Amino acid sequence: MAAVTTYDHLLRDKHGKDYRDLAVYRAAGGYRAVLKAKELGPEAVVGEMKKASVRGRGGAGFPAGIKWGFVPKDTDKPKYLVVNGDEGEPGTFKDNYFLSHDPHRLLEGCIICSHALGIETCYIYIRGEFFQQIATVERAIADCYKAGILGANSMGTGKRMDIHVHSGAGAYICGEETALLESLEGKPGQPRLKPPFPAVVGAFGCPTVINNVETLSTVPLIIEHGADWFLGLGVERDGGSRIVGVSGHVKRPGLFEVGVGANMKDIIYELAGGILEDRALKAVIPGGSSCPIMTPDEIDVPMTVDAVRDAGSMLGTCGIIVIAEGTCLVRCLQRISHFYAHESCGQCTPCREGTGWLARIVDDIEAGRGRQEDLDMLLNIADQIGGNTICALGDAAALPVLSFVKKFRADFQAHVDHKGCPHDQPLPGWTRP
Amino acid sequence: MALAFSPEANDQIDAILKRYPTRLAALIPVLFVAQRTFGYLSSEAMELVAARLDLPPAQVISTATFYTMFNKKPVGRYHVQVCKNISCYLRGADEVTSCLSEKLGVRPGGTTPDGAFTLEEVECLAACGRAPVVQVNEQYHEWQTRESAAALVAELREKAGAKGGGV
Repeated sequence: MAAVTTYDHLLRDKHGKDYRDLAVYRAAGGYRAVLKAKELGPEAVVGEMKKASVRGRGGAGFPAGIKWGFVPKDTDKPKYLVVNGDEGEPGTFKDNYFLSHDPHRLLEGCIICSHALGIETCYIYIRGEFFQQIATVERAIADCYKAGILGANSMGTGKRMDIHVHSGAGAYICGEETALLESLEGKPGQPRLKPPFPAVVGAFGCPTVINNVETLSTVPLIIEHGADWFLGLGVERDGGSRIVGVSGHVKRPGLFEVGVGANMKDIIYELAGGILEDRALKAVIPGGSSCPIMTPDEIDVPMTVDAVRDAGSMLGTCGIIVIAEGTCLVRCLQRISHFYAHESCGQCTPCREGTGWLARIVDDIEAGRGRQEDLDMLLNIADQIGGNTICALGDAAALPVLSFVKKFRADFQAHVDHKGCPHDQPLPGWTRP
Repeated sequence: MALAFSPEANDQIDAILKRYPTRLAALIPVLFVAQRTFGYLSSEAMELVAARLDLPPAQVISTATFYTMFNKKPVGRYHVQVCKNISCYLRGADEVTSCLSEKLGVRPGGTTPDGAFTLEEVECLAACGRAPVVQVNEQYHEWQTRESAAALVAELREKAGAKGGGV
């Protein structure tokens, strides 16, 4: 097994320092990248971002530098930066780290982005359940105002810079960027039709950049060390290091910072310690619950947006969910399908009706009421949801169903044949750390 | 008695309004202020918010009912929420829920007769690396097991008792 290199550029929890403290953050070089960015000038900063090939860390994997480039330079309207901290894709818990332990990294990234794109106001949208994280970020912002990092003359650049926290209120869909904008504006989080894209018509009808928490938290590193250095940590067209989270049936669940392109199997067996009770591996969901499930022989793959897509799934948020042998995949799909049914915003018929329909059929199969034709019915319904909705939640609900039933049809068939769940093995045990 | 915001709450609302270019954008933060003030969002509370922000009541209700964190009926002083999603499920969240349910004497969705506890199953809380996760009011409790959940209930009972909750 190849050794996986881990880094502590982003994930600095082993440093033994409290980076929430502005003085500690500054002593480690914090906020110097803002000044370096000022010397470079706006165009060079955007150029560095493009060269660094940062694929958005929120799940879609769109190149962040290119997104920045879409914002019009000459406009009479104010421009906004909106940070997506609505972390909610099951299996994803990386932004939680930055918001809890390294809020200034995020703020510094926001300031650099805003200065480069002529933005004066930034909203950090954080999921409402993160009460502690919201308090942590608000304290960091207050400290920045006192220190002149934010306010009328942000770090002596002569530019005004305000950052506000906006709390979500419990809706997964608000992680979708246009639903997030609706929510920021005080409305129910129902996604907008695109185009127009937010870069042109975003928050309050104005040009808006929306980036994920982790994406913006990488920006100070790129400016400080240069795009070439950052790119070199990853692979061509997918640069840098990023944080993967491993949860489920592994011995050491948690976050690990690796170069983009690290091998998924090695991350699971080496960094996360392998499978609980040394059971065989049954399945892996690679990037949050919406990504197609993978079989054990599919996971020997580099974790890049393109490679995981070529392997038939999606890199998503790099939130790897590991499932041990002996686990009932119908029950697993039940959790996932109920989640998407619950979180459908109700706007598009295929998703509103279809997600509930899928969940009820999976319930029937698990409870022993499944009919033989239900298996193909699941595939049929999922096929009709995918691609037929305004936003990607429809696909997010359909892809798990399609992949679970196609790749693990025997599990579903056994439920129909036995008229009930044939699994009676307990879930693997673990010891509380 | 008609509901009213305290002077402190009114100051908070004024500060919130300054952060946004529209009054509507202040709605979600102000609904949180109302929920903290009145415990939950009754029709009266939503009407008060509508009047304070000069928004149509229907707009306030539309937003308030979309989001799960806005409680449209009273919840217990301790709102115990167990994540039931995939990562927590894989590490035994159902055991945690059943233990909490036994110890509290309510099913998920229920509130104890004394109003001290509401038990609920919720969706992913984004702490999957330390699953299973239970959120009590504003605090996460991670790595939960049957044993730790029982201890958590005992601890909360003691606190509720100290506040005269009579649990």
